[in-house]
Amino acid sequence: MKLTLGPLLGHWQPQAWADFYARVADEADVDRVVLGEVVCSKRLPFIADLMAPAMERLSRAGKQVVLASLALVTLPRERALCADVAAATEGLVEVNDPTLLHYLERGRAFTVGPLVNVYNEGTLAYLAARGAETVCLPPELPLAAITALAAAKVTDIEVWGFGRVPLAISGRCYHARVHGLHKDSCQFVCGEDPDGLPVETLDHESFLAVNGVQTLSFTAACVLQEVDALKQAGVARLRLSPQQTDMVAVAKIFRERIKGSLAAAAAVRQLQALVPDMPLANGFMVGRFGAERITV
Amino acid sequence: MLELVCPAGTPAALRTAVDAGAHAIYCGFADETNARNFPGLNFSRDELKSGIAHAQARGARVLVAINTFPRAGEPGLWHRAIDDAARLGAHAVILADIGLLAYAAEKHPALRRHLSVQAAASNADAINFYVHEFGVKRVVLPRVLSVEEIATINRDISCETEVFVFGGLCVMAEGRCSLSSYATGKSPNMNGACSPASHVVYKQEGDGLAARLGDFTIQRVGKGEAAPYPTLCKGCFSAGDYEGHVFEDPVSLDAAQLIPRLAEAGVTALKIEGRQRSRAYTEAVVRAFRAAVDAHARGLPIPAGVLQNLTEGQRSTAGAYKKSWR
Repeated sequence: MKLTLGPLLGHWQPQAWADFYARVADEADVDRVVLGEVVCSKRLPFIADLMAPAMERLSRAGKQVVLASLALVTLPRERALCADVAAATEGLVEVNDPTLLHYLERGRAFTVGPLVNVYNEGTLAYLAARGAETVCLPPELPLAAITALAAAKVTDIEVWGFGRVPLAISGRCYHARVHGLHKDSCQFVCGEDPDGLPVETLDHESFLAVNGVQTLSFTAACVLQEVDALKQAGVARLRLSPQQTDMVAVAKIFRERIKGSLAAAAAVRQLQALVPDMPLANGFMVGRFGAERITV
Repeated sequence: MLELVCPAGTPAALRTAVDAGAHAIYCGFADETNARNFPGLNFSRDELKSGIAHAQARGARVLVAINTFPRAGEPGLWHRAIDDAARLGAHAVILADIGLLAYAAEKHPALRRHLSVQAAASNADAINFYVHEFGVKRVVLPRVLSVEEIATINRDISCETEVFVFGGLCVMAEGRCSLSSYATGKSPNMNGACSPASHVVYKQEGDGLAARLGDFTIQRVGKGEAAPYPTLCKGCFSAGDYEGHVFEDPVSLDAAQLIPRLAEAGVTALKIEGRQRSRAYTEAVVRAFRAAVDAHARGLPIPAGVLQNLTEGQRSTAGAYKKSWR
């Protein structure tokens, strides 16, 4: 079982962005790194010049690099960005919306991100025939569905392994809204909350996190307790979604759990210590409500 | 003339909507294959057969929504729904799942395929993908687009577009939201249910009323205040210094006044949300919108404000159709 580092979903400052990928290249024990702006096209200019050097450095460090496309494409300018992603690399690109398929020649290999609705064998078979070599499944899928899809053996199956879960995407920017602004004049307030702005219920219970036009879970999903079951099901990869913590250490915990040199309970404790403010949850994986927390 | 596409959650609502002037009716089977899988709602095979006969006799078409995403390992329920819709003479099926689109295109090439709003095809490239790959004839546009963006899309695609003009308003891109399953375990994509009533608990607190969805209190209203149904994205929350409806107020969509602009933008059909609504509601809304569509066809202004008392919490919005909504 391999490890994929997912794209940064939050709006990180350019220097933090560059430092993060430099450290990943030098130190993180992950097999594949997906990078690029997935959530909001307005953020792209901040990292546009940093992308190629980061990709090159990761590649030289032996990581397989995948360039991600936008998840919600509405404007002609955003369609052009999808065309740019298809043209920018001869390597793998991650499809986060069918828009990108329009720009990929038939037979060109690609990966599919977790925001594309792949719930069943029919959709998986279509994407495999189009050239999908890995599909990261929607995080709300339970183990039973994951097992059925992995059994189809038509693409590698990747599962959301760690991190706040992308639950929804909208035309409206909620970061702007809670700051009394509109999307078109947002002042990039999402940059103040690189892991998202926590949303509490009326009883002051942490519930969700707002990330611009995206809504994330407040809890961080964690499949450390299901690693053996996922391996047995034939799942090829786990996706680790970057949070503002030591992602090198996160990758190490997952690697040791996969190898079997770290027990599940100890792995969960170590991971929770790295993200003390983000309760770990596995409700989706066990077929219950997603916010349900891990019990060790 | 603009085509008016109206909801029917029951055979009686179908007859009501047809008689009130609907050009087309959309409905679903009574199971998990459609996105309004509510107790007591939707059609058996026999009911659909009679419904289609009733509609056809009055010149109306019936569209069958099979717009959830089949469960891995169990596609049979969804495949049978498509087979039966074809057999019973549906004018079209409304699909969201790529696998189902491929199935329908292969097994029933003559059956018209519409792309559900649940597929959230939000630009011309994505729409053209579905047109080229699966022969989609019409796309229901997600509620994230402004009128200007809809016009741009229509210039670059070769199929028809249908847009929502009235009723419940998703603020997230449809079919790409698992907020409900995060809180309750039931999702629109997998179960055809959002914020299901089975997971709502009301609690009297002094004079007020609190509503919980799953483990989460998402609404609290004082005595005498209207208590809209606690849909997750219309709930009350706090974020940073902000307290209130972080995602959307409890409003519903009313784009009646935008009908002329939507027509200019190249839209073919107008859709009314609400298969879960009463017959009286369906009749009032369909009648009012048919009058609006007829007025527009005759070059007359759209009658104002007739449906205000039918919108949720008495408030309405034009949603993403106006750019300032964002």
